[in-house]
Amino acid sequence: MPMQAQEIEDLIRESFPDAQITITDLAGDGNHYSAEVIDASFAGMNRVQQHRAVTKALKGKMDGSHGELHALALTTKAPA
Amino acid sequence: MPRATTVRTTRKTADMSNANDRISETITSNDVVLYMKGTKSMPQCGFSSRVAGVLNYMGVDFADVNVLADEEIRQGIKDFSDWPTIPQLYVKGEFVGGCDIITEMTLSGELDTLFDDNGVTYDKDAADKIREANG
Repeated sequence: MPMQAQEIEDLIRESFPDAQITITDLAGDGNHYSAEVIDASFAGMNRVQQHRAVTKALKGKMDGSHGELHALALTTKAPA
Repeated sequence: MPRATTVRTTRKTADMSNANDRISETITSNDVVLYMKGTKSMPQCGFSSRVAGVLNYMGVDFADVNVLADEEIRQGIKDFSDWPTIPQLYVKGEFVGGCDIITEMTLSGELDTLFDDNGVTYDKDAADKIREANG
């Protein structure tokens, strides 16, 4: 079951209310997205920690072959 | 040689601890390890292929673990690192990241720095070529 870009943004938004979030449907198939998340809470975290925080926000949607979200290319950073 | 910096998780089931033990052993006895789908000479997933391709091109001597050939490791590596996807790159026993992070670090030069800091040999010119081609 593919996900809509808005659903992905909403899920991330729940955990990062003030973040700048950009979702792009890479293939136009509702299955391959990229997400850029820029949030102040990322300051002082390394990329692995930042990605884990976003993955946690997605609440298991990315879990393996049963996940609703097949591919999400993630870019995270703290505001410049 | 290998540093004993691996943090073991505290899961109790026999299978889980066996997978963790095997992963700990692998990543401490090899400086650079890529857990991937397929092998470095025949990747079976685009994301695994991209990271293996970068390491191959940069001439990095790395161990590849094909998770498709080992169900215990396929799930175990995700629990080990608390990271939901494959590929996963480890340098000197430490989890570095997956496809997106390795791509970003390659282009920014941070991967070179990580290899320099850990005494991993690689072809600096090749790394520069990747950046030129993607600049």
